[in-house]
Amino acid sequence: MSSGALFVAVFLACAVEAVEATTIVLAAGTARDWRSAIAGVVGGLLVLALVTGALGPALTAIPLQWLRLVVGGLLLVFGLQWLRKAVLRASGHKALHDEQAIFDKELAAARAAEGRRVGIVHDWYAFTLSFKGVVLEGLEVAFIVLTFGSNQHDIGLAAVAAGAAVVVVVALGVAIRAPLARVPENTMKFVVGVMLTGFGTFWGAEGAGAHWPGSDAALLALIPLYALFALAIAAILRSRVGAPTALAAASEVE
Amino acid sequence: MMRRLRQFLAFWYDFVVGDDWRIAAFVVAGLALTKVVAHASVPAWWLLPLGMAVALPLSIRRVLRAERKKAAGSSGGE
Repeated sequence: MSSGALFVAVFLACAVEAVEATTIVLAAGTARDWRSAIAGVVGGLLVLALVTGALGPALTAIPLQWLRLVVGGLLLVFGLQWLRKAVLRASGHKALHDEQAIFDKELAAARAAEGRRVGIVHDWYAFTLSFKGVVLEGLEVAFIVLTFGSNQHDIGLAAVAAGAAVVVVVALGVAIRAPLARVPENTMKFVVGVMLTGFGTFWGAEGAGAHWPGSDAALLALIPLYALFALAIAAILRSRVGAPTALAAASEVE
Repeated sequence: MMRRLRQFLAFWYDFVVGDDWRIAAFVVAGLALTKVVAHASVPAWWLLPLGMAVALPLSIRRVLRAERKKAAGSSGGE
């Protein structure tokens, strides 16, 4: 896999997670207390650094074939779930991911919650909301960086791609002080789902001992084929949807 | 203590397996089958893509069926 493909895959996946974390932190800071929300971000980043620091060296110590088998399997599970949701959204069977709606929901919940001081944290609710948002979304970022990076022996480049994504998203969030509702998140999720599934299939099969025709070039066929397949399913489902009634049934925002 | 352990395990189950364990089962079965076939020196690269091409529509169909049942259940009481 070329360095460019590694960079694009990690950048897109991490940008999607960063958009979600930014929405949560913005809600915590706007509705409650910015200092506590930022403290939550710092606490979350420290936890992520600890997890990454512990898992990174451990992953590089695993024999490559086993690493590819396990990582390929995990990426496939993640990728297929992303892809399923993306197909359901694209076909109108699931509400589109709406950062503005999520922001409004988090904002209302944050305003309704009671505040209390814990130690040096002025507002515990804002702190924990930010902390959880950063850790939960960040774990996926850490996982993607470590798995893609270790498989390609280039954790550094994967980390740079993830860092660039986070910096771009956070800078945009700070600049507009509002949820990044205009980011084409649903399209990005579709692309990431396809890429995770493609790389997962490639590495998983290699880890299981299979040999791809054309070696790494097989990815150039695998990823577009998965994309076409998912788009075809979405098109078939869309043609069967008479009205957006299904949307109402699935109006949850994830 | 046990409650916290359960919460910890539930978190990792949700993180790794997600909301449809069948996908994870499909993936594990696909990898195992690929390993067995590749071990017999038979080309096995096509097995996983084929398996995923089956797993994705099946998982989508399961969601749509559940959705339809939910919709039928909520409209039945009216």
